[in-house]
Amino acid sequence: MTTIQRMQWRVRVAQSWSLTLRRLTTIQPAKRDRLIGLLSPFVLMLLWEWAARAGLIDIRFFPAPSQIFGTFVKMAEDGTLWANTWASLQRLFWGALLGGIPALVLGVAMGLFRPLRAAIDPLVALTYPIPKSAILPLILLIFGLGEASKIVMVAIGVFYPICINATAGVLEINKIYLDVGRNFRATRWQTFRTVALPGALPFIMSGLKLGVGMGLILIAIAEMIGAKSGLGFMIWNAWEILAVEMMYIGLIMVALIGYLFNMLLTELEQVLIPWKADK
Amino acid sequence: MNLVADVRPTEYEASAVSPAKIRINDLRKEFRAKAGKAFVALDGISVDIDAGTFFVIVGPSGCGKTTLLRILGGLEAPSSGSAVIRQSQPDKPLNSMVFQGDSIFPWMTVWDNAAYGLTLRNVPKGEIRDIVGHYLERTHLTKFAHAYPHQLSGGMRQRVSIARAFANDPEVLLMDEPFSALDEQNKTILQQELLRIWEEHKKTVLFITHSVDEAVTLGDKIMVMTAHPGRAKAVIDVPFARPRSVLELRSTPEYGELVYRIWGYLREEVQQARAEADGEK
Repeated sequence: MTTIQRMQWRVRVAQSWSLTLRRLTTIQPAKRDRLIGLLSPFVLMLLWEWAARAGLIDIRFFPAPSQIFGTFVKMAEDGTLWANTWASLQRLFWGALLGGIPALVLGVAMGLFRPLRAAIDPLVALTYPIPKSAILPLILLIFGLGEASKIVMVAIGVFYPICINATAGVLEINKIYLDVGRNFRATRWQTFRTVALPGALPFIMSGLKLGVGMGLILIAIAEMIGAKSGLGFMIWNAWEILAVEMMYIGLIMVALIGYLFNMLLTELEQVLIPWKADK
Repeated sequence: MNLVADVRPTEYEASAVSPAKIRINDLRKEFRAKAGKAFVALDGISVDIDAGTFFVIVGPSGCGKTTLLRILGGLEAPSSGSAVIRQSQPDKPLNSMVFQGDSIFPWMTVWDNAAYGLTLRNVPKGEIRDIVGHYLERTHLTKFAHAYPHQLSGGMRQRVSIARAFANDPEVLLMDEPFSALDEQNKTILQQELLRIWEEHKKTVLFITHSVDEAVTLGDKIMVMTAHPGRAKAVIDVPFARPRSVLELRSTPEYGELVYRIWGYLREEVQQARAEADGEK
């Protein structure tokens, strides 16, 4: 490289830097916020890494991200990470189905029929405040240590928010739409399908999001007791054998699953509720 | 001889003499008010409406005209008396309503909204396509068939509601102040469109409004109702020829005379309704 070329190169680098800086300051606020949102976890990680290496934090509790990543690669290669993630995902799926579908049907029916609402509402109000984790021993007693107890725990967590939201969603439907259904002689099933369900769908979707979040909490707890697989088991096992990195990986996976599900459900919302999409 | 056999021929005869499409007989409707007192919305209403008549009920607000329509639409039950629509084709729905407010489903496209009644009745797909296509074209909505209601203006949404009622092909159309929320220009345009669509088949229509102009523009017969309790005050024939052009009709002196005459019936009712409202304050 000649001296002139080097100088030109330097100028170009300086130019691109000043351009980047200018872009960062003149960028639209929405874009800038997204950029900051993406950068902040990385900045935190860099700080963490630096603090761990400099001996500012106790690496027995806060191992450096690079160390955690190393363990991550090892666990990904020997398959234990995927096996445990898959086990948790399966339980989450079956639990969501087992709790979600009855919750949907019961919730919408409660919104449509007053007597049913009068009968079930007190039961829901009474059992809802019980911390779901406090039911775990009872569930273990009834369903044993196998898969069933884990799935039922998720189902319980998913059930409440969907049921409550579905009822509220139907009650929020403008009465005129139910009048239209009656005037056009819709049968009960047709009213359910064409008025109550679509009308309550925005509420039901937010119930589903809450429910999946609750299911994730409960699956982690349920797998800590009497499970041989799953992310909850992985975290608990890490505590027993003092493998702190593994514990962090478990936590990160749970966080990732929650984040991804939330994103997926938001996408699903756009598809299922097109009449709200571009308002 | 038993009673049933006795009654049937007379009923048959009655309908043979007067082929009323809608027969309202001594209809009364009370609502329970707060303090256990009954609020009489409708009282002693009797009227026969012939098949193919565009029948308009005009009255001050709160005179129970919407209640009357809701009873015919099967959404309320009468306290006493009866309101019956005579069924002539057993495979067709008795009535379809066009509601006052926004009543088309926000979660259905324009097309699915207009096809609602037919879909519920499991009408064959090809038939639905023809009928809905026809009425969407008539209401100038063909281009918006796949749009959702929130993408439409208020006037267009009310057109969908009209298309939905017509497409259902009922024996009787019930319209509850369908244009009251629209601005003056939209109202005039939709009145003209309604007349044009109605003239294709001349179904029996029961149309409710508080606007005398609208009543005279659209109707064959106009019933003026009293304020609270709602009673029938007068039934007036509208002599204007069809097909009508809304704007031309309104420029004739006969139109002005009839509007003035009906206002005469209505004026004291409106004043009474206002006096009562003031008294309650």
